[in-house]
Amino acid sequence: MGATVVEKIFSSKCGRDTRAGDVVMAPVDGAMIHDITGPLAIQKFYEMNGTSVFDPEKVILLFDHQIPADSIPAAENHVYMRNFALEQGILNYDLKEGVCHQVVMEKGRAAPGEIVVGADSHTCMYGAGGAFATGIGSTDMGFVLKYGALYFRVPETIRADVHGKFQSRTGAKDLILSIAHDIGADGATYKAIEFTGETVKGLDMAGRMTCCNMAIEMGGKAGIVPPDNTTWEYFSARRKMTPFPLKSDEDAKYFCWNNYDVDDLSPQVAIPHNVDLGVDVEKVAGTRIDQVFIGSCTNGRFEDFAEAAEVLGKNSFSEKVRVIIIPASREEYLKVLRAGLIERFVEAGALVEAPCCGPCMGGAFGLLAPGEISLSTSNRNFKGRQGSTEAFVYLCSPATAAASAIYGEITDPREV
Amino acid sequence: MRVWKFGDNIDTDAIIPGRFLTIYDPKELASHAFEGTRDEFSKNAREGDVIVAGKNFGCGSSREHAPLALSGTGIRMVVAQSFARIFYRNAVNVGLYPLVCPDADRIEDGASITVNIRDGSVEYNGVRYRIDPVPRFMQEIVDAGGLVEYARNLKEVPVCTGSHR
Ligand code: SF4
Repeated sequence: MGATVVEKIFSSKCGRDTRAGDVVMAPVDGAMIHDITGPLAIQKFYEMNGTSVFDPEKVILLFDHQIPADSIPAAENHVYMRNFALEQGILNYDLKEGVCHQVVMEKGRAAPGEIVVGADSHTCMYGAGGAFATGIGSTDMGFVLKYGALYFRVPETIRADVHGKFQSRTGAKDLILSIAHDIGADGATYKAIEFTGETVKGLDMAGRMTCCNMAIEMGGKAGIVPPDNTTWEYFSARRKMTPFPLKSDEDAKYFCWNNYDVDDLSPQVAIPHNVDLGVDVEKVAGTRIDQVFIGSCTNGRFEDFAEAAEVLGKNSFSEKVRVIIIPASREEYLKVLRAGLIERFVEAGALVEAPCCGPCMGGAFGLLAPGEISLSTSNRNFKGRQGSTEAFVYLCSPATAAASAIYGEITDPREV
Repeated sequence: MRVWKFGDNIDTDAIIPGRFLTIYDPKELASHAFEGTRDEFSKNAREGDVIVAGKNFGCGSSREHAPLALSGTGIRMVVAQSFARIFYRNAVNVGLYPLVCPDADRIEDGASITVNIRDGSVEYNGVRYRIDPVPRFMQEIVDAGGLVEYARNLKEVPVCTGSHR
């Protein structure tokens, strides 16, 4: 019986044939902590009598959720983590580089075949680069910081085979919202989702990241795109690596095998208050909106802003909405800046902020009042996620967000 | 034990909203648990109460603040039809029992139930419902009093090693 790509990664790391259902204490190649979950992880590390981390070069440390510090407790957390980085000799990206997941990817710190953990649920995004990556809690992270390993139950894999050609102004975000709708908010709990098929092969790294990022929204432990030329090209620019074959065997055993066709896929909008409530944009077109957020680890890359700018064209954003634009990292910010898009967005009436999580999780700024409606390119629309529990969050692609921001109501981007 | 009943897909943003994440003290977190979605919880939940929920309890963010906020009220167990993966692990790690009971949806808010972890059962209205056993390695962690206690006493961890590229 063949093995899935996830089983192969664990087998290779563990030095023996490892299959779904096995519980292994596997070594990790990277461990990411940020300003929200990091302080508790560090505290747990000390409580476990940790004195020095397993390998300072494998710890990724940065601040992105509450930056620049939006409160005194947040500032104290930053100081605590800075001191830890200094004490342990860990490279500290501090608040300069951007949103954790984007930074891990662009610094090449989660590469094909590696096992990487992060104290953040969207760590599953690194599967876009062919790594097995999963989010863990702070206590698990304390353990990892000390021992460089963690118990894993090797997950079964759901295969998502995607075929067809996207309509114009439809893409990765619409695809993943429709898959989330199909699989459901808990349909992939404990499982990995492997994205394959010619449509996925045709996606750039940005699109693959959007898809893998949202595996957790179906309960998934990981999302993964087996590495191909696109992957290796991405990593060859970021670290020394020789490409090697890594893909599932033809006769691998999957939990289930789903086929998706994007030929007729409309732009998708997930309505409040669950990510799996995706509908065709036509169904909600005309819905009033108060705030539009384009950014986050899901859709805060150059490609996303280029798409938004194309839809925007020479238009302005509606007077009725506030548009908040936040590139996911410094690298992406520079790309957007150099392409002249920042100027265009500001001219059109947007607020452009420095790389950070921003309104995505309602911890820093950009919060919503009761009754307000936000349209967001991020990944979660839970009640209270972006402020008041009586506010409403809709999720969509950058194209739909831009089109809607022009008219002040949810708008089909194909009609702009 | 008195039941606090919740539905399906209770996410960690509901359990503890993002604006309280600079807090790490379980008691203080507990005072904001379910703020805005079920305010009476933090006021009235007390030691020995139990949370009973539907499917996918604890979905969303990996914040350990969520199980901590629940344990800060003195609650020791959550009985649900199913749990989100990260919450499940986090709960075990902070010493909160995540118990899977396929029939949890039958139990009503405010009811009184008896949970017997050893026998793997929940008793409600004179009927016994099965709960799934907690996996062995998780049980070891809970028995030790959580992952911190467990790790403290470990001399070495049995890391499997393979071909490192
Ligand atoms: S952008 Fe949003 S989802 Fe991504 S890491 Fe930040 S808060 Fe989490």
